[in-house]
Amino acid sequence: MYMPDPGFVRGTLLRRGQLARRGAALLVAGLVAVALGLSGVLVAVVNPVLIIGGLVAVYAGVDRLVWAARRRRLDLLLGLASAWLVLLVGAAILAPVLPLGEHEDVAATITDPIFLEPFTYGDHPLGTNGAGLDMLARVIYGARASLTIAVMAVTIGLVVGSAIGIIAGFYRRKVDTVIGIFTNALLAVPPLILLIVLATVLDPKVRNMAIALSLLTIPTMVRLARANTIAYSQREFVLAARALGATKGRIMVRELLPNVLPPMLSMAVVVMSALIVAEASLSFLGLGIQPPSPTWGNMILEAEANDTMTEHPFILLVPGTVLFLTVYSVNLLGERAQQRWDPRGAKL
Amino acid sequence: MSTEVASTTQAPPVLEVVDLETRFHTARGVVRAVDGVSLSLRAGETLGLVGESGSGKSVLGRTLMGLIATGGTTEVSGTVRIAGQAVHELSGRQRRKLWGPKIAMVFQDPMTSLNPVRPIGVHLTDPLRLHLGLSRRAAKERAVELLDRVGIPDPRRRLEQYPHELSGGMRQRVMIAVALSCDPEILIADEPTTALDVTVQKQILDLLGSLARERQMATVLISHDLGAVEGRTDRVVVMYAGRAVETAPTTELFAAPHHPYAEALIGSVPALDAPPHTVLRAIDGTPPDMANPPVGCRYAPRCNRAQDLCRDQMPLLLDTSPGRSVACHFPVSVALPDVPEVPDGANEKETV
Amino acid sequence: MRALLRRLGQLVAVLALVSFGVFLLVAALPGDPAAAILGPGRPPEDYAALRAEMGLDQPLFQRYFEWLGQALTGDLGSSTVPPYLDVSDRITAALPVSIELACLGLLIALLIAIPLALVSAYREGGLVDRVVSGGTFAILSIPSFLLGLLLIMLVVETLGWLPRSQWVRLSDSVAGNLEHAILPAIVIALPEAALFTRILRNDLVRTLREDFVLAARAKGMPPSRVMLNEALRPSSFSLVTVVGIALGTLIGSTVIVEYLFSLPGMGTLVVTAASQGDFPIVQGATLVIATLYVLINTGIDVVYGYLDPRTRRVHA
Repeated sequence: MYMPDPGFVRGTLLRRGQLARRGAALLVAGLVAVALGLSGVLVAVVNPVLIIGGLVAVYAGVDRLVWAARRRRLDLLLGLASAWLVLLVGAAILAPVLPLGEHEDVAATITDPIFLEPFTYGDHPLGTNGAGLDMLARVIYGARASLTIAVMAVTIGLVVGSAIGIIAGFYRRKVDTVIGIFTNALLAVPPLILLIVLATVLDPKVRNMAIALSLLTIPTMVRLARANTIAYSQREFVLAARALGATKGRIMVRELLPNVLPPMLSMAVVVMSALIVAEASLSFLGLGIQPPSPTWGNMILEAEANDTMTEHPFILLVPGTVLFLTVYSVNLLGERAQQRWDPRGAKL
Repeated sequence: MSTEVASTTQAPPVLEVVDLETRFHTARGVVRAVDGVSLSLRAGETLGLVGESGSGKSVLGRTLMGLIATGGTTEVSGTVRIAGQAVHELSGRQRRKLWGPKIAMVFQDPMTSLNPVRPIGVHLTDPLRLHLGLSRRAAKERAVELLDRVGIPDPRRRLEQYPHELSGGMRQRVMIAVALSCDPEILIADEPTTALDVTVQKQILDLLGSLARERQMATVLISHDLGAVEGRTDRVVVMYAGRAVETAPTTELFAAPHHPYAEALIGSVPALDAPPHTVLRAIDGTPPDMANPPVGCRYAPRCNRAQDLCRDQMPLLLDTSPGRSVACHFPVSVALPDVPEVPDGANEKETV
Repeated sequence: MRALLRRLGQLVAVLALVSFGVFLLVAALPGDPAAAILGPGRPPEDYAALRAEMGLDQPLFQRYFEWLGQALTGDLGSSTVPPYLDVSDRITAALPVSIELACLGLLIALLIAIPLALVSAYREGGLVDRVVSGGTFAILSIPSFLLGLLLIMLVVETLGWLPRSQWVRLSDSVAGNLEHAILPAIVIALPEAALFTRILRNDLVRTLREDFVLAARAKGMPPSRVMLNEALRPSSFSLVTVVGIALGTLIGSTVIVEYLFSLPGMGTLVVTAASQGDFPIVQGATLVIATLYVLINTGIDVVYGYLDPRTRRVHA
């Protein structure tokens, strides 16, 4: 007779108890490793390995415990990533009204302590930099700058890219060839070089950076929109619309656009992280937003200049960790989004 | 003194399967693709394994070989003995030693079963050199012999060609040559003709038959096509939803099937000599969801003879006469002796 | 043959467009280069004379074709910043550094990626696969300059194994060159390796699901043979494509690394020139980089077409 097995957990051969025990073991081992790493008891080189390995073990342990408890696997990583992004975006939006320290006015902090370690004082939870500016505030205002630029760039890229791509895919032939040559030309220049060249020419303002970065996204967006447009144009509903006398413009907007847009949106999320990285890279090279206005890129530059990071590693690690966590979270979101809405595109 | 005459050859079975179960642990639940099948096969015998898509026959074939085994999210229980060795108790490496010399498989789609970026020759010489230790030249000669035996013209030239340069029928012949290369005792042909043209199907089946006779290989012919099985096999096992529902010598099955499903299957084959506009007899409904099969007889929802008993109690595979068994509470044209309530123990399923 | 000509035609069109775009970008700048060079406070005739000498008063297209013509003969103009060297000279000095970095990085990346991908795909979903998958994802989420800094902090500062900057020419000393090149090459290699691993692993997993792999296993072939002979070959095609793309973009992505390690390559050249406003160098360097990129990509396409026997002409 067939009977449901109460000890069975979906998706694995392990029983509930086994899974829970493994989870607990991983969790404990992970916590121990992290504690060891932070305490600095062992050789310096081993510490980052311990901390990172420990955090991974903690995550794996909690994941299994939840899996055993609920008998099905939850996407814990996605939850954490989303939480981080919500926190970050929220802080970035609310920055002016939050009780933060001073983030860019060097004159105001002349009398403040410099190079204060994080997690020591209540006043400056993430420490201060070489000019006495509060690191937490700088990180949050940096997020504001980076995210604004990235969002603007991606929006421009989406709008312009989908428009050009749909036109190319719809009209084909000569229009398509011409657009194709332009797209290939744009892609022929390695992105960073293009950015650098543009940065030479333009003023490092938020608006200009957004436009420059959008140029990076446009070719990809055009290609994606074009490919999807071609695929959908062959489908019957387009033919039906034509047969009913719809104008070309109407078809493009009413029939094609709503179908082409979803995979582009998930590509937009994927692209966002690349844009954040690109903006940070530019700032790191000194060609982006200028200090003391903070962006994660130039905060890291601060750490590199004069080898500051040797004496005060946290100047590197604070913006570095935040940058990494953000890029990671956006990448994760993008990957999940692509799995849902554009599986063919999700190869990475 | 022996009086039993079940079959003429008394040689020990070359393939023995007892209570084989293959379970896949998926996110939707446990799928019992093979849910308790037993059979045995002697040298020179051909067994037909018949069922629709999803009946578990392909999974059974692969589990027989050991290609599907416990690991990952798969669980196999029961016993499979090949030449006396319990396949699923062997290590991976030991199992691999069986594949080729003792048991071999011909796969369904010759287009995808050959590596498109490697020439035909290496498909043959690889196992020859691995299992038989032949030198490169000797392996090449043997490969030419094999291709010749399966009826491929100009075999020497074919060795250098790529799969896409051959026709479907020729590719399947190559697959057969590959399977035979190390002289296996057991051959499993998993839907060997499904992907081929009708005219070629007969040639391939004929080839398989003659090779089996010539080498006294025990053969399992898996197919959803009754026509492929009739006349070419000694016995047939009909599978439905992971279980064997009827077993019989082939001629007897086609003459008088006992299980309603077998009867419906045989009846659904259109006959060339039927009058025009004869209605095609299809079987209503679809196979059950193998993650949540129904309690009771799995064929009951589609059976025109189903009663309440069928829906409540799973029928067991019981002998009706020597060499025949059926799993049905109300089989066609035969009366079952009274069976006691669901007994547990070894006598539930008789070996075929 | 016709396809080849068409491809060639597209190539030329793309190159023309890129060169024009680069030229335009720099030529359409606000501001007066003559004033920048001479400084303020000179009589207007001087500026006019300099502009005429630099050819700035001619129509745009004429200037473009002149510039392009000169470029094709190897003359890319001179730097506008002391010590006023020839652009082509500076590029010839800087290019080998970048190329060596790119090639070394690519090699290391492949040496890491191929074994990792094979092991990951062999046991799909196993521990190694999950760890590698998570690891590569994480590495791809670290911007290269951050990765470089972290490695520097680790290897140079803490361990003191390798030098922080400078460069030793290959022609001078191979050992010295390698010592300085290895860390930057690793920084370049890691993200590429992560990418290659993911792509190759996915492709291998897909190939492993093919019937012919099962058929090969059913012949008793050991797993190592199956992975290498049956699975790797078909999967290598997508890898070749990705490597091709990577090779092109590598020249550009060496920028950050060169900057970090103060290496005299194309990247540093462009960045320094950009910050100094030395437009001829920016123009010339970008042109060279873009041309290389397009040529390499076209080359990869051709090689790809040759490798896959299914696209080769059938020799009947």
